[in-house]
Amino acid sequence: MKAFTYERPGTVEQAAAAASQPGAKIIAGGTNLLDLMKLQVETPQRLIDVSRLPLDRIEETPEGGLRIGALVRNSDLAAEPRVRRRYGVLSRALLAGASAQLRNKATTAGNLLQRTRCSYFYDITQPCNKRQPGSGCAALGGFNRIHAVLGASSQCIATHPSDMAVAMRALDARIETVSADGRARAIPIEAFHRLPGATPQVETDLQPDEVITSVTLPPPPPGVQIYRKVRDRASYAFALVSVAAVVAVSDGRVRSARMAFGGLAPKPWRVVGAEEGLVDRTAVADSFNAAADAVLEGARGHGGNDFKIPLARRTLCAVLAEITQA
Amino acid sequence: MQMNTPVGPNALDTVKDGWVGKPLDRVDGRLKVTGGATYSYEVLQAPNTAYGYVVQASIGKGRILSLNTRAAERAPGVLYVLTHLNAPPQGEGNHHEAHPVLTGPQVAYFGQPIAFVVAETFEQARAAAYLVEVSYDRQPGNFVLADNLNRARRPQSTGAPADSAVGDFDSAFAAAPVKLDVEYSTPQQAHAMMEPHASLAVWDGENLTLHTANQMLSQGRLAVARTLRIPVKNVRLVSPYIGGGFGAKLWVNADAILAAIAARQLHRPVKTALTRQQVFHVTTHRSDTVQRIRLGTDREGHILAIGHDSYSGNLPSEQSYEAAAMQTRTLYAGPNRLTRHRLAALDIPIASSMRAPGEAVGLLALECAMDELAEKLELDPIELRVRNEPDEDPERHVPYSSRHLVACLREGATRFGWASRHPRHGQVRDGRWLVGMGVAAATRGNPLQPSQATVRLGPDGIATVRMAMTDIGTGTYTILTQIAADMLGLPPDRIRIEIGDTAFPEAAGSGGSFGAASSGSALFDACNRLRGKLAAAAGVDARAARFADGRLQAGGQSRALTDLVGAGGLEADGEIRPGDTEHTFSQQSYGAHFAEVGVDADTGEVRLRRMLGVFAAGRVLNAKTARSQAIGGMVFGIGAALEEGLVLDRRSGAFVNHDLAEYLVPVHADVPAIEAFFLPELDDAANPLKSKGIGELGICGAGAALANAIYNACGARIRDYPITLDKLLPVLPTQS
Repeated sequence: MKAFTYERPGTVEQAAAAASQPGAKIIAGGTNLLDLMKLQVETPQRLIDVSRLPLDRIEETPEGGLRIGALVRNSDLAAEPRVRRRYGVLSRALLAGASAQLRNKATTAGNLLQRTRCSYFYDITQPCNKRQPGSGCAALGGFNRIHAVLGASSQCIATHPSDMAVAMRALDARIETVSADGRARAIPIEAFHRLPGATPQVETDLQPDEVITSVTLPPPPPGVQIYRKVRDRASYAFALVSVAAVVAVSDGRVRSARMAFGGLAPKPWRVVGAEEGLVDRTAVADSFNAAADAVLEGARGHGGNDFKIPLARRTLCAVLAEITQA
Repeated sequence: MQMNTPVGPNALDTVKDGWVGKPLDRVDGRLKVTGGATYSYEVLQAPNTAYGYVVQASIGKGRILSLNTRAAERAPGVLYVLTHLNAPPQGEGNHHEAHPVLTGPQVAYFGQPIAFVVAETFEQARAAAYLVEVSYDRQPGNFVLADNLNRARRPQSTGAPADSAVGDFDSAFAAAPVKLDVEYSTPQQAHAMMEPHASLAVWDGENLTLHTANQMLSQGRLAVARTLRIPVKNVRLVSPYIGGGFGAKLWVNADAILAAIAARQLHRPVKTALTRQQVFHVTTHRSDTVQRIRLGTDREGHILAIGHDSYSGNLPSEQSYEAAAMQTRTLYAGPNRLTRHRLAALDIPIASSMRAPGEAVGLLALECAMDELAEKLELDPIELRVRNEPDEDPERHVPYSSRHLVACLREGATRFGWASRHPRHGQVRDGRWLVGMGVAAATRGNPLQPSQATVRLGPDGIATVRMAMTDIGTGTYTILTQIAADMLGLPPDRIRIEIGDTAFPEAAGSGGSFGAASSGSALFDACNRLRGKLAAAAGVDARAARFADGRLQAGGQSRALTDLVGAGGLEADGEIRPGDTEHTFSQQSYGAHFAEVGVDADTGEVRLRRMLGVFAAGRVLNAKTARSQAIGGMVFGIGAALEEGLVLDRRSGAFVNHDLAEYLVPVHADVPAIEAFFLPELDDAANPLKSKGIGELGICGAGAALANAIYNACGARIRDYPITLDKLLPVLPTQS
């Protein structure tokens, strides 16, 4: 860990201004950043601690949705009665992530911004285009069991590890920010995380002088909500594949569907065409498989992660069957 | 005393309602949960303690061309940077008890220590470590065991021979009416104990005190002295509390030697701890194995030929191999037998003992092969094992000291409800889960090691026990308390156990399931001698004396022990040495594991539903700590079956998943209803306590029971551990 300065701005605008300085990094729960600093994967010169800013409330929006403060802890968000009642998929996704201790520290905005779990990213002796642009990707041709089969590039095949963000993608969340000059912006979650392309070091649309203040959820979509996380042990493991689904079925037909995926791609993955294709189809295995075809179109394994393609198909079909039977 | 003959009735048998065997709470439990137990890194020293941080090689094989430490040396707080250019010459340790560090520019394995940065604080040392600049001449390495099987050789063995043969295996196997010939593989595994390796070295003139997390202090003391080339009497190792070891702390690791060298150079105490990530490469791991099992039987399932070949890997300089075929020499009957171990020289971190070296992975292969054989024979897997129960050790032709494998299988079958298992796979469904049951035998060798103890009874009625024994979380403090309490007729709160210091008599240490038996027997002997002295002081025959309630009773007289010890107290030394019973008996502990698993029919996720272990392991010294040991071992088995495996990058020779986020071990949610049960047994050829080792028995065979349950659940026989869902997906049923 390199020596750094520490500051605690009093307002969001001050935080944004401080964060725009060279070498600055915002810290809130610190559950990911501190680990990365110890390993010198991250070497900020200035730490901007926002954890005491008043961004820890959950409020109703006029539209009938919820505005979740950026600093709401994962534990609190999962346990919030309105979230549990109206956005069960989000509550379950949060509880499927990390451990109780980590959820007690981790924040909503920090969860969105967490870095990949690619082992080569965490080891500074190994090439990694995300950590050190131009150095290469050790996961290609190396250990890539946990890596992406969709949305990756020849520069980077890392996945985004969040569970929460997958549920938020299915719920069409919007990420709200404030800049140093007080300008506010709302970014749809599908535009928030970027694909690696030739610049895997750029992971989000967040600008250097922007601070996330909240995440808003639109009114809950109709249908049954399920979060299914497939992993190597029963708890405290990252998703190999996860599915956040909100699907309405009546009279044996799908009326609406939203399906987002974790573990498959560098960002929470969603294929709107696959959802539209399901609407008005009979809720049977053939329809589910057709949806899986659409989701997995262009999916490509890298050896160790080939299994994720059939696993994602089987998991999606199982989730859709479960919703149909619900 | 020496174990030359079975001990017969002794003092421990005659204690009425004694402490030995009772589920006494850990006597050090309160200290541990209140933070009062001081682990090596927590030892407070003079304020001038400096802190060290290890710098590791980032290539798998080659040579350091240049090592630039100037920037590190100029970094804030840095006192000293130790490298191969300024490290003192060191002596070679015996066997693999210690390794000299920073001996030259050669890099033998990825993550090898190449420098040690010492600073005023840990954070300064760590920051400066990243400033050390290294350039290498990379050389191609042999990293992968599977690619090097044809280069593997028979290892030099100091203990049991690497190979064994009885009868004519080849002919008998060829002629056997029923044959099984299968290959299993197990991955490299990490100990993943809670406490990382840590040391504090303090020199006083020519004398070194080393606070270090180490399982075998007496041996470690010799190794440190040899490596640092100083007299043994100048070295003291201290380790009263150890946060787990599982074999990773059997030897003196680089942290201890580096701290000792740096402290000597700086004339200051030096403290260091490996980070979790560093532990994976700097210390030892369990080798991966490739195992071939061949079983030939008659049509009724009687084994005619049993063969087990096992390959493992280690550094070219090491002879330590994974003795995975060892238990196959004693577990089942059969006239024609062949076991062979081969070792491949690989450019990987040091492979060494991990909990139940040999059996832990050997039984993952053998006990699944037995399950495969049972199916071929259309026999119940328990019945197959019963049919192959030997009358005597089938290779050494000596009697078993005690062996209750069949009783464990029968008792377990009843308790677990084995009769409800469907003999055909894939028949039981519970919602989305395919459900199956599996069984496996457990066996582990029962060694005894030389050990010494002193017990002193003071006029205050306190008995103080001293020995250089360790407690690595197993309960040593507690069982020694119980033994002394029963032998001296004192309540546990009158017993003081002082261990973890080589200033005390040499002791076996904790390893190989010999700790409790060896240290406890030495204490038993010391207490017996003290009883003799007390009886002499009372003027009675020791054999007629009874010790209870702090009193000696004999021939109608009753004397308080405090009246007999005099003003200075009375002291006695004791010792145990292995003897002829090692050779005249075949000594193992036994057990049977039962597991019920669910396999998710959609995703292939495997989740344990319930598990039972039934064991016969001699006298149980403490029902509570014994159960904890057994269950802990079974949890290890869950990990071995389902989760654990180091991922070796075949390009660099690095363990890619060198942290606990990606090296998975079982968490609470992986361990549902689990129970361990001990059958009553006394083994008087083992040691005077008539106990056998239990620290490793729980892991032996446990994973195989899960693997067999997976097969019973879904019909997938995965012979490559761990059994992760990607291996099951191709054989899962089509979704309905």
